[in-house]
Order: sequence, then structure tokens, then C-alpha cells
Amino acid sequence: MDKMPRWAEVFLVPLISLLLAAVLSALVILAIGENPWAAVKMMVSGALGSTYGWGYTLYYTTNFIFTGLAVAVAYHARLFNIGGEGQAMLGGLGVALACLYLPLPHWLIALPVAAIGAALFGAAWALIPAYLQAKRGSHIVITTIMFNFIAAGLLNYLLVNLMRPVGSMDPATDKFPEGTHLPTLHDLLAPIGIEFSKAAPANVTFIVGLLACLVVWLLLWRTRLGYEIRAFGHSEPAAVYAGINPVKITMIAMLISGGLAGMMAVNNVMGEAERLVMNAVEGAGFIGIAVALMGRNHPFGVLIAALLFGFLYQGGAELALWTSIPRELIVVIQALVILFTGALDHMVRMPLERLFLAFRKGA
Amino acid sequence: MDFLTIIQILDSTIRLATPLLLACLAGLYSERAGVFDIGLEGKMLAAAFLSAAVAYVSGSVWLGLLAGIGASVVLAMVHGLASITFRGNQLISGVAINFLAAGLTVLVAQSWFQQGGRTPSLMGGARFEPITLPFADALSGVPFLGPIYGDLISGHSVLVYLAFALVPTTWWVLFRTRFGLRLRAVGENPAAVDTAGVSVTRLRYAAVLICGVLCGIAGAYLATGLQAGFVKDMTAGRGFIALAALIFAKWRPWNSLWACLLFGLLQAVALRYQNLDLGGVVIPVQVMDVLPYILTVIFLAGFVGKAIPPRAGGEPYVKER
Repeated sequence: MDKMPRWAEVFLVPLISLLLAAVLSALVILAIGENPWAAVKMMVSGALGSTYGWGYTLYYTTNFIFTGLAVAVAYHARLFNIGGEGQAMLGGLGVALACLYLPLPHWLIALPVAAIGAALFGAAWALIPAYLQAKRGSHIVITTIMFNFIAAGLLNYLLVNLMRPVGSMDPATDKFPEGTHLPTLHDLLAPIGIEFSKAAPANVTFIVGLLACLVVWLLLWRTRLGYEIRAFGHSEPAAVYAGINPVKITMIAMLISGGLAGMMAVNNVMGEAERLVMNAVEGAGFIGIAVALMGRNHPFGVLIAALLFGFLYQGGAELALWTSIPRELIVVIQALVILFTGALDHMVRMPLERLFLAFRKGA
Repeated sequence: MDFLTIIQILDSTIRLATPLLLACLAGLYSERAGVFDIGLEGKMLAAAFLSAAVAYVSGSVWLGLLAGIGASVVLAMVHGLASITFRGNQLISGVAINFLAAGLTVLVAQSWFQQGGRTPSLMGGARFEPITLPFADALSGVPFLGPIYGDLISGHSVLVYLAFALVPTTWWVLFRTRFGLRLRAVGENPAAVDTAGVSVTRLRYAAVLICGVLCGIAGAYLATGLQAGFVKDMTAGRGFIALAALIFAKWRPWNSLWACLLFGLLQAVALRYQNLDLGGVVIPVQVMDVLPYILTVIFLAGFVGKAIPPRAGGEPYVKER
């Protein structure tokens, strides 16, 4: 018998964790002498009150969908991929190389080519940690952390020494050619008569992100490979006994994870900046951890959590613009969400389980 | 490269290795007791901020040090609560602590000092001043030995000497005391310790507490010794380099010293030379920056010796009923 009904497991536990995080965040805002209610109102109006706000919210959401899915897929194989940040950086490199050096006349061709480039580079950056985990037993968390730093160094070197256009002081690549520019939501919605802000960066990658959620769901719950990944995550000995190859599953799960993290670059590098700049990922790889934890590693949960963090990110930017609350408030909220939905999960869960058991006995 | 340059680089190595060493030893206690800690970075950062803030306001660096240790210990207790009491995922808890510190320090710094997430510069008694060891001045005229003693060994702040003294102390505590034996046992086989009637929970909390104190000193040294004040994200990955050093050192105190000195040397060289020219081969600064991580990955891969972590590391202990 389950300790809790399914709805409580899926909705109540994350909701309570989120409430705890929200209450503590409100206390933090109070402590620095600001009004939490006013802050929330400003965040809502800034992030959701206009198509401009929505454009930014959905842009951030797209980033977090990819990094969140990346963490979630690895998590199903009981691998904690903390390296989304580095994998997304390398994905940016893949996008930049594709856009700068391949002849891509139209975005309909450029989008799949760049997405493949991003996924390949992201997956390649997960390959070595995956191999070391599968074959040599080196802890994936430590190696992926190290690879984040190595990725930052590599990108720094490439942008400063090799990819920077001649005569430019800015450590960034050239602008991508016209043919690779992705249509924004404004461009997509205008033909069907919907007015959407022109200045906001949300673009066609958002739709790719939605598709990615669907594909990951199909992969995990409707294919043999997905079953093997989940079986391996539940119990390695049982999976091995059933004839599942642990090396293969570890490698495949990490490669998919790295590829998904890398694909984030289609959104931020190709869709927004239209060139590769230093520190393009801006911590989205780490937010993927919070998103996956909150979304209970389910693609649709990830989508909802990504939307929430997209809102927080854009709302936080508005707060930083209009009040004296710095952007780092979002980092605090993100930390609290990770803490309560991830590390202190049992603290939230144990009293609830007791409560439900008591009810059941009474009935 | 002349003799004086070498002395200067080594001198800077010692100063840069100190926070690494303190954080590395902090991680050593925690991980030897079976509690993985990737939150060293966050604890250092929190300590760096609060020590600088309190030192600035009170004018006393010692009060700053205490406050820094306090901040770090609070985060360490959160980690203990999550990973020992509530048997949560220790890695996720560490990640949360890193972000908590990264966000809160800037938030509070901005609210207290309005200088864009930094503290005002520290001066006078609000900083750890270098200590001149006896006879350093008298020996300064002596060739070769004079600079080595006067510049390299003498002239650091008290926390540097403390960090180096902690290496033999840690070795002694871990390998020559009953507490140390139990601490190591709880990281290898907590059930055995439990059977012997010793509290696993209390031992692990003690280890996490020591870890917090040492990270606090490391952070305080960063903000009040190495530099004069707190700036946003000033730990700059040092907590992770310390973690790398810990793995590189195979979770042993003396090896930690050598690993931290090596990584400190890399930082010192990277700080001094943008691009190092080794007889025609130019090594870009980025290589020096990432070398600790690359070395650790190679080491973890088991191609050069094998790094075997404490067996019960990362596993919450569940007492059987």
C-alpha cells in the first residue's frame, strides 16, 4: 500500500515545499526592508502583465525546459547531472560553429542543423563524465562539476584567442548571418492576427522546447530504452539481472541529458544573442536542477516548473530594475526551492505521510 | 626567472593555498565521516561576507572572524539537518547551500552597504595584518636564506600559520585519537559504530560542525586577510578547487597540504603571468585556471593511482529496528 494517495505525492508535496520556500523568501525580502506583497505584485505585472513580459518569461522558460529535462532524464537513471551549465556552454559552441561556418540560407534549415550541432556538442561534453562513471566508477557529480569549470576555461580561451573577430576587443564571435536568425513569437503570431511584443526574445525555440517535453515523455514511458533507463534507476542489481547493460544505460542516459542541455543554446545563442558571448548560459544549467526537482522529474512537471522559474527570472529582473532588490533574490528563491523540494524532502513528507496514515486508520 | 621572482611566486602560492587548505581540511572531516559536502564554496562565501561586514562595522577583525565562522556553521547545520536528520540527498543539499550563499550575500550586502553587493574596504584593525616572525629583519641581509625566511616564511597573517598547523593537527586527531578513529569508522561502516554503542548522528554532526568552523576561517581569511573586504562571488570556485584537492589527496591530511600547495601554485602563476612562455611553448592562462580540474578528472579516472572515497560517503544512515 502506498503511504500517500497519488495526488498528494504529485501535487501536495511540491506545493508545500514551494510554500515553505515562498514564505522564507518573503521573510528575506522583509529583512532587507522591502515589502514582499509589493514585490510580488511588481513581479506579476512585470512578467505576465504585457506581451513584452510574457516574451521574456517564455524565453527564460525555454532555457529552463531544456536544462530541466536534461537533469530529469539523467535522474531517472539515478545519475545526478550537475554539468548542465558546461554542456549548455558547449552547446553554444556547436550552435556558433554551425551558424558561422555552414551555409544556412533559411531558418527552417538552420534550426534543425544548429539544434543537432548543439545537441552533439552538449552530449560530447557529457561523454567523458559518463564514460568515467560507467567504466571507472568516478562519481558523476564530481566529474560534471569539474567539467563545468573546464568548459568555462575552454570557451574563454576560444572566444578570446580564436573566435573573436579581428579588431574586436569584445570576447564574442561575429554576428550570425541573416539566414540563421530565428523568428520570434512576434513574427510567428503576427500572420494569425495576434499582437505580440516585438522587443521580447521569445522565439520559435519555445515550440521546440514543448516538443522536447513530449519526446522525453514518450522516450521515458513509451519506449524500451526509457523502461531500461527507469529500471536501472530504480535498482541497478535488478536491472542487471534482467539483462540491462549498466554501462550502456549510463552512457545513453548521460548523452541524452547532455544533448538536451546543449540544445538550450538554440534559444539563447541563436534565438536571442545571435552570436556566442562569454557566459551565455548565465546559470540556467543550475536552475535546471531546481526545475527538475520541482517538476518531480516528469517532463510536464518540468514544463510547469520551468514556467514558474521563467516568471521568477523575468519578475526578478523587473524588481532589480525598479526597486533596490537585486537580481540575486532569484538565486535565493532557487536555493530554497532546491533545499525544500530536494534535500529536505523528507521533512515535508514525513508529517504528511503520518497524517494520511492517521486518516486511513480512522476511516 | 630569477631567485626573487621565484620567492615572490612561492610567497603568493602560500597565501593562495591557505583558503584552499582550510576548505580542503573542512571537507576532509565531513567526508571522512560519510557526509559529502559540495557546499564548501557556499560556506566560504557566506563567511567571507559576514566576516567582512562585521569587521567593518566593529573595526575588529577578530569579531569578524567569529561572525564568519558563525555564518558558515549555520549553513553547515542546515546541511547536517538535511543530510543526517532528514536523510536527504547530500549533493542536492550542497548545491542548495551554494546558491543560498551566493544569493543571500549579495542581497544582504546591498541592503546593508548599498555598494552593489560588496562591503566597504577594510582598513587597520579590521584586517588580519601580516606577522613578522622573530629575526626576520635581522636575517634579511643574509643571501638566499634571508629572503626565504623573511619573505616566504615570515610576513603572513596568523590564519596562514593556523592553516598550516592544522595539517598535523588533523592528522593527529584523525589517526591518533579515539574520536578520529570513530569518525573514520562512521564514514566506512556506520552500522559497526552504531553496534559499538556510539551515536552515528552525533559523530556526523560533530564532523559537519568542524567542517563549518574551518570553512568559516577559510572565508574570513579570503575577505579580511587575502583581500580587504567582500566582493560578490569572491570565492570564485575555490570551494570546488578545495574539493578537487581533497580527491587529489585521497582524503588524507598531508596529501591535502601538497595538493593545495600545487593548486595554489597554479593560481599564483596564473595571477602573475597572463600567458606563460615556456621556451617557445606558450601556455595560455586558461590552461592554468582549469588545470586543477583536469588533473582531478584524470586522477578520478584512476589512470594515475586510484582515489577511493570513504565507503559510506553520501549514504544517510538508517538505523535498523
